[in-house]
Amino acid sequence: MYTYNDFDENFIRERNAQFRAQVERRIDGSLTEDEFKPLRLMNGLYLQLHAYMLRVAIPYGTLNSSQMHKLADIADRWDKGYGHFTTRQNIQYNWPKLKDVPDMLDALGEVGMHAIQTSGNTIRNVTADHFAGAAADEIEDPRPVAELLRQWSTDHPEFQFLPRKFKIAVTGSPNDRAVTKAHDIGLRMVRNDMDEPGYEVIVGGGLGRTPVVGKVIRDFLPKEDLLPYCEAIVSVYNLLGRRDNKYKARIKITVAENGLEKIRELVEKRFGELRPEFNGFDQNLLSKIEAQFAPPDFRTASTNGYDAHRAANPAFRSWSDTNLAGHRAPGYAIVSISLKAHGATPGDATSEQMRVLARLAKDLGHDELRISHEQNVILPHVHKSDLPALYATLRDHGLATANIGLVSDIIACPGMDYCALATARSIPVAQEIATRFDELKLEHEIGALKIKISGCINACGHHHVGHIGILGLDRAGVESYQITLGGDGTETATVGERAGPGFSAEEIVPAIERLIAAYLDIRESHDETFLETYRRVGLPPFKAALYPEKEAANAA
Amino acid sequence: MSRRPFTPKVVTANDLLEGDAVWLTSDDQWTRDISEAELIEDEAIAQDRLFFAMSQPNVVVGAYLAESKASDNGPAPTHFRETFRTRGPSNYAHGKQAGV
Repeated sequence: MYTYNDFDENFIRERNAQFRAQVERRIDGSLTEDEFKPLRLMNGLYLQLHAYMLRVAIPYGTLNSSQMHKLADIADRWDKGYGHFTTRQNIQYNWPKLKDVPDMLDALGEVGMHAIQTSGNTIRNVTADHFAGAAADEIEDPRPVAELLRQWSTDHPEFQFLPRKFKIAVTGSPNDRAVTKAHDIGLRMVRNDMDEPGYEVIVGGGLGRTPVVGKVIRDFLPKEDLLPYCEAIVSVYNLLGRRDNKYKARIKITVAENGLEKIRELVEKRFGELRPEFNGFDQNLLSKIEAQFAPPDFRTASTNGYDAHRAANPAFRSWSDTNLAGHRAPGYAIVSISLKAHGATPGDATSEQMRVLARLAKDLGHDELRISHEQNVILPHVHKSDLPALYATLRDHGLATANIGLVSDIIACPGMDYCALATARSIPVAQEIATRFDELKLEHEIGALKIKISGCINACGHHHVGHIGILGLDRAGVESYQITLGGDGTETATVGERAGPGFSAEEIVPAIERLIAAYLDIRESHDETFLETYRRVGLPPFKAALYPEKEAANAA
Repeated sequence: MSRRPFTPKVVTANDLLEGDAVWLTSDDQWTRDISEAELIEDEAIAQDRLFFAMSQPNVVVGAYLAESKASDNGPAPTHFRETFRTRGPSNYAHGKQAGV
């Protein structure tokens, strides 16, 4: 893992001291809200429906145990004893007091963390595959490059006032777990014909009001050209992106309005100017960063105990079937720990749970944790012989829910329970769907299914790429939920199709139930997933299930 | 040109230090209980009261006029967003509902 050097530490300390003075000046009246707002946003501090909210960056979703312990301490000391992990691998505190925020930032600084550029029209937290460095299918660990991008983009003088926010995601695997095609820049590690590693560069993806699947601007970019090429893209966008209309300001609109060809031409031209300025310093830095991401010392041990425990314990077997993923090291597994206990708030962890996770990471997981964009916690490196003990501890703390990738593993944004931008609530819908399908005991029968819920058109809940997407809107003063179907956030990214008119808060869970009943009815076999069935048969049978009255009227 | 008739409003904002929802009372105080707020039935008065709220930038943030209605227990919200602001989130008993 990357450890801050003196430069990083001084930078954070200085920045926190500046913000402390700005908060003092706001409280004593020397700064107006108009003056203060851009300053607080630069430091991740929002004002929401019921309180301030502090969004803390977890760069590329990677944490060590002392950082996780610190997040727990902050939750207890300055918040209400919990934190909310987000779809951008950040953590949000929902209840800080304005005067306490500088102390919270200093506490974060003690473990090499901050909240810089988690808001505002800047390059945001760089996200990455949450299985990075562990996945069996990986070409290379994307985190050193994500860290290089983080260092390049943090406080980059040219990119502090972009037309709009700018998000970059990186994956080192052909199986895209980082939703790279829904980012302003998506980077996928690939190999060329000569077997050299490089990147496929995707530009102009995004969800929100205008969902767009990103387009490939360069199919192979040599590794050493990454920073100048990214700088060229952002620099072209900085000049060409629209500043007259907030809703047309993201790079996806710039690409749509100018055409990919013109953008590519401008980027290549700018790249030609910038490339000579990158004379190797960045690559030296990268190799130093790479050294810090050296794989842990994987141990060799028997997995007989694990196999025996699996055979003897059905609950453990069920959990290991859903929550484990293939690791590159023999005898190891990647453990996904669900923050989606049935009926709980997706992505929330109590301080006690955070401490349990930190201890498990320290004792059994080579001191590493990850936060996934699906709002779960990952222990990327656990030897299978340790899984029975790990599972027992997780179970004692409400962390052993065996539902990764299933119907109750729902992404939900905070919605109108917290967010000032929301048009409807998301959390209660997620809670009710999960509770209902737990009652029905159908979860494992249904199999792989991604439900994603957003409480407004900005789509923080990624509803466009949910197999079932739910968008909460305000329709004439009433919460109304619109369903989209067939979305996909992986390497085969697709924007979901709108199913029809929305449902009220009371109708939405029964509607989802009808939808899933229809799927169970029409799938060809137990192995055909919801998404595969949808791709095979299309919208009509699902529409008929959602709107039976209309169907009856048409038939009459 | 016909204008839509003015509907009753309250002045609301977020407290600068705590960040929570507050409402303006008829005696120029800020209350955390909407039922103690001043229900404004006249458009000119509403603008005047909003300007007063905006002149207190060191007490509150983001003042605006919110639709409201009279009830037996004083002013009450009409839109669900404003209702949520009077109590807090639905997933935990946090916010204003915690004190009830």
